[in-house]
Amino acid sequence: MAVEAGEKIIDPIHQFVIERLVPLHIGGVDISFTNSALFAVIAIVLASLLFILAPRNLVPTRLQSAAESIYEVVDNMTHEVLHENARTYFPFVLTLFTFILFANVLGLIPYAFTVTSHIVVTLALALVVFIGATIIGFMRNGAGYLKLFVPSGVPALLLPLVILIEIVSYFIRPMSLSIRLFANMMAGHMMLKVTAGFVVMLGLAAGWLPLVAMVGLMGLELLVAVLQAYVFALLTCMYLNDAMHVDH
Amino acid sequence: MDVDAAKMIGAGIAAVALGGAGIGIGTIFGNYLAGALRNPAAAASQRGTLFLGFAFAEATGLIGFAVAMLILFG
Repeated sequence: MAVEAGEKIIDPIHQFVIERLVPLHIGGVDISFTNSALFAVIAIVLASLLFILAPRNLVPTRLQSAAESIYEVVDNMTHEVLHENARTYFPFVLTLFTFILFANVLGLIPYAFTVTSHIVVTLALALVVFIGATIIGFMRNGAGYLKLFVPSGVPALLLPLVILIEIVSYFIRPMSLSIRLFANMMAGHMMLKVTAGFVVMLGLAAGWLPLVAMVGLMGLELLVAVLQAYVFALLTCMYLNDAMHVDH
Repeated sequence: MDVDAAKMIGAGIAAVALGGAGIGIGTIFGNYLAGALRNPAAAASQRGTLFLGFAFAEATGLIGFAVAMLILFG
């Protein structure tokens, strides 16, 4: 999609290129410190600072309110989905939610790199959730975890087909979890880049029109960034609940 | 037909999937509005489910967009 108008080129892919900031090779393995790693570190540092530096006054300050809001969202989510196991999995879900939230929102800063816009990052997160939930399911229920594939109230004639469908939909969980986050981030940022290209291409005469659209798009991308973090955490809670209570 | 032209056509066809996303999102929000107008008191409690449904519908459409981008640039 490299359209040339004068010398201006719309290149929505370049923002996703990984650049090695500090090349490091150990053995044959490339463990360079990339821009992706840099923004992941920034996300983690900012999230940690938020929760560490927030005061614990009776009347909350702004920073304390921000930290408490994030805590409260995840607290409500875990209590709603995992009733008695909420405290057990709360730290994990909070970490997941906060990291994805900060990584998504940091990517909205111009010239910043979106960590979660690469399938490998989101797949790693999704696989942690999927494999973790599977292991927890087998540890809690033994072989009874396989009853997950046999929903109750299914007529015996349809049972083989339903079991097959349930197995497929179980194994598609890490794929859908990772692709949902990755596609939302990648698509959003590509749309922003292309519209920005239009602003430059249309120049002073009509460039304000895509600029207005970009303001709206930026708001939408902020909503999507927060929402995708929320959805990822909510689905994690639901998968963990399935691992606990097999009769869903 | 050379590869670049085929890529463009393929990406264009894959992007049609986003129409489904639009229909899905419109359906979800329309139903939420219809329900909220009938029972405004219960509307706030379902806002979480609303956004969850929006995220699912958006995700399916964006998978089509991701395929289009993969065809074009992958």
